[in-house]
Amino acid sequence: MTDPIRPVVEGVPGAGGGGMAVRLPLESTPPEGGDVQVIASGWRLALREFLANRLAVVGLAVLVFFVVFCFLGPVVYHTNQSLTNPLITDLPPGGSHVLGTDDNGFDELGRIMAGGQTALEIGFFASFIATVIGTLWGAIAGLAGGIVDGILMRIVDILLSIPYLLIVLVLATKYSATVFDESMIIGLFAWLVPARLVRGEVLTLRERDFVSAARVMGSGRSRLVLRHLIPNALSVVIVNVTFQIADAILILAYLGFLGFGLQYPAASWGDMLGSAQQYVSSGYWWLVYPVGGCLVAVVLACNLVGDALRDAFDVRLRKR
Amino acid sequence: MSAALEVTNLTTDIQLSRSVVHPVGNVDVKIDPGQTLGLVGESGSGKSMLGLSILGLLPNGGHIVEGSIKVEDRELVGMAEPALRRIRGDAVSMIFQDSQSSLNPTKTVGEQVAEPVRLHRGASRKEATDRALEVLELVGMPQPKERLGTYPHQLSGGLRQRVMIAIALACEPRVLIADEPTTALDVTIQAQILALLDDLRDRLGMATLLITHDMGVVAGRTNRINVMYAGRVVETAPTDRLFSAMRHPYTQGLLGAIPRLESDNRRALTSIPGIPPDLTNPPPGCRFAPRCPFVTEKCIEHEPPLSGSDSIHRFACWHPVDGPIKRTPQIASVDSSVPKRSNGDAAHLLEVKDVFREYPITAGVLQRKVNSVKAVSGVTLHVDAGETLGLVGESGCGKTTLGKLIVGIEKPDSGQITLDGREVFKLRGRTLRKARRDVQMMFQDPYASLDPRMRVQASLREPLVIQGIGSRKEQDERVRRMLSEVGLPANAVERYPHEFSGGQRQRIALARALMLEPKVIVADEPVSALDVSIRSQVLNLMKRLQAEFNMASVVISHDLAVVKYLSDRIGVMYLGRLVELGSGDDIYRRAAHPYTDALIKTIPVPDPVVERSKDDAGIRGELPSPINPPSGCRFRTRCPRAQQKCADEVPELRRFGPGHRAACHFPLQTPILGVDADASPDVAVA
Repeated sequence: MTDPIRPVVEGVPGAGGGGMAVRLPLESTPPEGGDVQVIASGWRLALREFLANRLAVVGLAVLVFFVVFCFLGPVVYHTNQSLTNPLITDLPPGGSHVLGTDDNGFDELGRIMAGGQTALEIGFFASFIATVIGTLWGAIAGLAGGIVDGILMRIVDILLSIPYLLIVLVLATKYSATVFDESMIIGLFAWLVPARLVRGEVLTLRERDFVSAARVMGSGRSRLVLRHLIPNALSVVIVNVTFQIADAILILAYLGFLGFGLQYPAASWGDMLGSAQQYVSSGYWWLVYPVGGCLVAVVLACNLVGDALRDAFDVRLRKR
Repeated sequence: MSAALEVTNLTTDIQLSRSVVHPVGNVDVKIDPGQTLGLVGESGSGKSMLGLSILGLLPNGGHIVEGSIKVEDRELVGMAEPALRRIRGDAVSMIFQDSQSSLNPTKTVGEQVAEPVRLHRGASRKEATDRALEVLELVGMPQPKERLGTYPHQLSGGLRQRVMIAIALACEPRVLIADEPTTALDVTIQAQILALLDDLRDRLGMATLLITHDMGVVAGRTNRINVMYAGRVVETAPTDRLFSAMRHPYTQGLLGAIPRLESDNRRALTSIPGIPPDLTNPPPGCRFAPRCPFVTEKCIEHEPPLSGSDSIHRFACWHPVDGPIKRTPQIASVDSSVPKRSNGDAAHLLEVKDVFREYPITAGVLQRKVNSVKAVSGVTLHVDAGETLGLVGESGCGKTTLGKLIVGIEKPDSGQITLDGREVFKLRGRTLRKARRDVQMMFQDPYASLDPRMRVQASLREPLVIQGIGSRKEQDERVRRMLSEVGLPANAVERYPHEFSGGQRQRIALARALMLEPKVIVADEPVSALDVSIRSQVLNLMKRLQAEFNMASVVISHDLAVVKYLSDRIGVMYLGRLVELGSGDDIYRRAAHPYTDALIKTIPVPDPVVERSKDDAGIRGELPSPINPPSGCRFRTRCPRAQQKCADEVPELRRFGPGHRAACHFPLQTPILGVDADASPDVAVA
């Protein structure tokens, strides 16, 4: 038998002698603990799983398409979206107006682009606010436990039991409805769900040995939360973000439909649907179906991406 | 007479999304009625897959490529699913490892045992229940009639395993496949279950395939053993012959890698370097070649066939060895002189004094405390500088809680824990965080103890960053040095934990615990999650580093042999109390407490002669609940020497020799008079 135990002194060549001296002998002979196999990282495995899901790729493509369509579209397709023109109201599709015009004489296709911009902006911004607040809130509650956890989570429970669309409506009428304001209003109510999700995740994470190990090293709470708990709860958060975006876009649509949306001249899909509802029976289909279709497509795409991300991150669902 | 089970040339593949794993390749197994075949191998050797192949229960993507499986001359390969279903649980049945997840939690024990009878025998509900009662009696279930109506969660692990066996036996199978039947159980319960399986085999005359990783389990219970490595049977021989005259270097290494109670702990364990091959792309030649000390060109190029001079002992090796390893090298740096002496109370590095920890059980709306789990009850011990104290006991004995108390993750309800005379964990805030560097911990599960989202570099540097030691460059330098110290390549720093094997992760965890150069390191079950060949690597490494860093350590394990290998002194715990404390030899050769004695007797030894000479199954009965522990001596309910006094009085720790104490009213050794042992100086053990 070869001697598996390396003599102690020779085992650490040049113990005090700097990096290079240590490296050379290690590379020439395989180390005692065996070589390290290079395996795809957890993120890469998740990406692979995600890409294997056809629907998810379609969803992602739809989202990318809408981002390009809404933000770059107006650059090539110039329309007037601020001055009403009574001469060209309610024109059917055709000619210079690809999707016709609405009752204010705005070009419908250009209006969908403008509405899409606000929808996506508010969707991303609101979900960002909700996620940041929710993640921190949930992580702190989960780690602190006891009375702090009780208080923080009861606040969440109370807020969840309030019919928040009402509050949003009230707030939306009180404050000037700009993109920023609407995002804040939606975001400030939407953090409750991620807060609960993250707390649940942290509750299981904090019992894990690596968190105990950090404690034993003398780690403070903020380090535990920022370096260990949140990065490990991130997969849950990322999945939730996609659903948050879809929700925010829908809420914006409700608000617009009910007439509490963005202020004129800003466009939103909800406003467009709200003002078009009276024309459905009059045969002005171009004012309803295209914008409705866009709304459904974006929300559906977000949900598809979210579902696929959940499957990709969940090791138990992962096919090897 | 035809064999009860005959597997020939079986090859199984599992199709993954991007690759194919070959878990079982060209395996032959033959068992006669009334015989037990042991199938031994490490995790990933394909032993469980072989068991599942026989039952046609391979996981998704798994299929049999070639070969034949015959049960009493009926061919199972290629049999249609409905026909196969009639055989499963009837002619062939299986006992799984984890009784918790293998039993249906929503059905009573009676229904579950009766189920196969109803399915295969077409029995009425009444007949099936009668049969269930009969089988439960057969497997030694206490009060079987009352148990019929209980649910699995109401039973202890040992009793649940008995239920599993009862289900498997309900239809009197011809072949019983037991896949790690006792791995999840404590040693005392393991001995009972193994004895039961033995007894049942003799009475019912079935053929048993005993699949396990533990050489000790197969030593006394099998007629023949197949050793598997990386999907191949590498050696097959009658049990005695395999242990006394093995020919394959893997078998030899595997046996040498197991720490033994009787062996000298100053000698290193044999270790098999490296890790098993990846079965999606196995090496072309002998699969053991990359780890084999006798490897030649021929081994790397050509795979050796399973052959041998006679038909009963066959092995697959070009350069067979001849029997067990004779001697292993002594660990260079281990002090071979007398054990370290304790020099009075003042100099103890770590002192645990009369520590209690109870977890309250609350009930009702007001969360009133109704009772408590007595995890640690009045433990007193000490550790000197540079000394290793082992803590051993069954699950639920409070050893892990005690470890957590020592590192300060848990706080004691009463009692003191002092380090260098200072009650460290009474400190608060910054001072406490600073003080923590002196006590570090190594955790049991190498998969949970490293942050999966942190590179090894960051994980190892973290203790230094937290404690604010050194500049970034110095920290990196120290990380690199520590990695080479624990035998990992320098490129490991860039990797994430999931890219390492279990043994490598445990090396990283050890490196992390050592980064702060603590005075005391607590290792909680440091090797119990590792395979035997990897276990010895880590044990040797720990032993070497203990001596090199001259730190004190507390090693916690359920495995007395592991503890004895690493420790200078051993504490035996039972239900929250320390029942015996002494040197390794005190515990092994001069055990004073009946529990210690029984523990030593029940540990399976990888030696067929020793195993067969054991006449009784050790301790009877189950571990009492730590919620309502027995009065007086907590061991009295399972103790053969218990008398009235044991129920009335809690036994004090009494002295049996220098540094040797036990808490028992009727000990197996004669105590030295004078209870106040602390005052007299301990004398070195000869």
